[in-house]
Amino acid sequence: MTSAAGNSSTRRSRKRWFSQSHPESFAYLQLSPGLLLVAAALLAPLCILVIASFWTSQGGGELDTGFSLANYAKLLERPGYATIFLRSIAIAGSVTLIAIVLAYPLAYFVAFDVHKRKLIWLLLITLPFWTSYLLRVFAWKVVLGWNGAINSGLLSLGIIDEPFQFLLYNPVSVVITMSHAWATFAILPIYLSLEKIDRNLLDAAADLGDGPLRRFLRVTLPLSMPGVIAASVIIFIPTVGDYITPALVGGPDGLMVSNLIQAQFGKANNWPFGAAVSVVAITSVTLLSVVFVSTVRRLTAKVR
Amino acid sequence: MRMAFSSGYLLYLYLPIMILPLFSFNDSYYISFPLQSFTMRWYDELAADPSILAALVNSLEIGLITALLSTALGVLSARPLARYRLRGQASILGIIMLPMVIPELILAVSLLVVLNQASLGIGKWAVILGHMLICYPFAVAILMARFEGFAIELEEASLDLGATPWQTFWRIVFPLVMPGIVASFLLTFTISFDEFLIAFFLSSDEPTLPVYIWGQLRFPKKLPSALALGTLIIVVSFLVAGFAEWLRRRHEASEGLP
Repeated sequence: MTSAAGNSSTRRSRKRWFSQSHPESFAYLQLSPGLLLVAAALLAPLCILVIASFWTSQGGGELDTGFSLANYAKLLERPGYATIFLRSIAIAGSVTLIAIVLAYPLAYFVAFDVHKRKLIWLLLITLPFWTSYLLRVFAWKVVLGWNGAINSGLLSLGIIDEPFQFLLYNPVSVVITMSHAWATFAILPIYLSLEKIDRNLLDAAADLGDGPLRRFLRVTLPLSMPGVIAASVIIFIPTVGDYITPALVGGPDGLMVSNLIQAQFGKANNWPFGAAVSVVAITSVTLLSVVFVSTVRRLTAKVR
Repeated sequence: MRMAFSSGYLLYLYLPIMILPLFSFNDSYYISFPLQSFTMRWYDELAADPSILAALVNSLEIGLITALLSTALGVLSARPLARYRLRGQASILGIIMLPMVIPELILAVSLLVVLNQASLGIGKWAVILGHMLICYPFAVAILMARFEGFAIELEEASLDLGATPWQTFWRIVFPLVMPGIVASFLLTFTISFDEFLIAFFLSSDEPTLPVYIWGQLRFPKKLPSALALGTLIIVVSFLVAGFAEWLRRRHEASEGLP
């Protein structure tokens, strides 16, 4: 009986040996498949994209793989490309700002005013996110079109005599569509950070003589800034690189960087140039996000 | 006033989505008011088109494999991250979350370049690879929260009482993490099912449903049946989302977790 117990404990200790006495190496072993996926499917391809951006297309699918800065020079020389970059940043910036300004009151309402039906509100806010992004954008095309829901609705009600031309195919329609499609991603992070605020701090501010506005500006708003920062980054990065929205509702004046990149891999068939545009896009987006986050953090610290 | 604004804004979030079902029953090629008579013909047209079924099968296949693999990877990665303070933990998390902060188009394009240069070709499995990449961080985030939700002492007690690590995993850890696994599976499936850009670049001649819809949008005569298809997708995703939320809340209520 003793030997049986001894046996099973050796067997057990052998089985536990790796996971128990080397928990660190076991942990890294468990992490390795996931990290391998990111390394193989993201990091390596990104490196190759950077390398390919120094190649040049000789037309007709021929490539010159010698080092050249020609693609980057081309980007700098033609003003049209800079316009597309600036437009993408301006559109994504406006979308981020609008989405946050509209989301804040709703998030505030759900966090502070709703008590019994919180779950229903949260469910209603999350549901649109579960529907296809393509379909949400397509819905706006239907709504804003020359013959679309708004124009035909106003016409048949006799409010206007001719359809509005300005609704579709311009940067404004891109901003409207995107700020609607990304609303959930603004509401939820802001709601989470508002929900976390210790209610005693608000009472304390009121007891010490702060009016509602002053209390909001000095306590609630700074404490909810992490949510606002998260929402801005979550919205800005994907919208700057969005392809569907400008392609469906942007028209020629609403084209963005992604459309430029896609064209290089499609019609233009000059993918080394497309790689260079991608590299510049990803670098500038990263830089902008870092500058934005650190500036906002510093400003918030000052207010506090 | 806050109530009025909030309800109004929420309504505004739903209005454009509601336009699709409305016009999918409208008997006209033109999507404009006033509404014509009620019809089911766009749905009949859908049912009669075999290429939709093929695209749906592709999407389901890609979605299921992606959800399965990225959730499995998520379980493997989330446990050590939630349990230990590892050396380099912050950078590991940073690497895992990297696909979330890189625009999808650039992920798609860089994968396309690599697969073409390596002459590996593109198609369904390339789309799965790309989708796993964007789903993996979501799976890790959901499952990490779940692993943090129960005490490591439960695992230690099981090991001390003589269970092997394998038994401990299947009898203790797995059932406790199950709601997280279901949530991760549903979310990653939905992300993959809805994803357009990666599939657009990498699916080659095996289009997924969103890529198929994209192709239809160019033809005005196909618009109403695209509306009908969109309506069906919206109804199904609402049902799946509602089910996922119900499952999550039910578990939370029964276990008294926040």
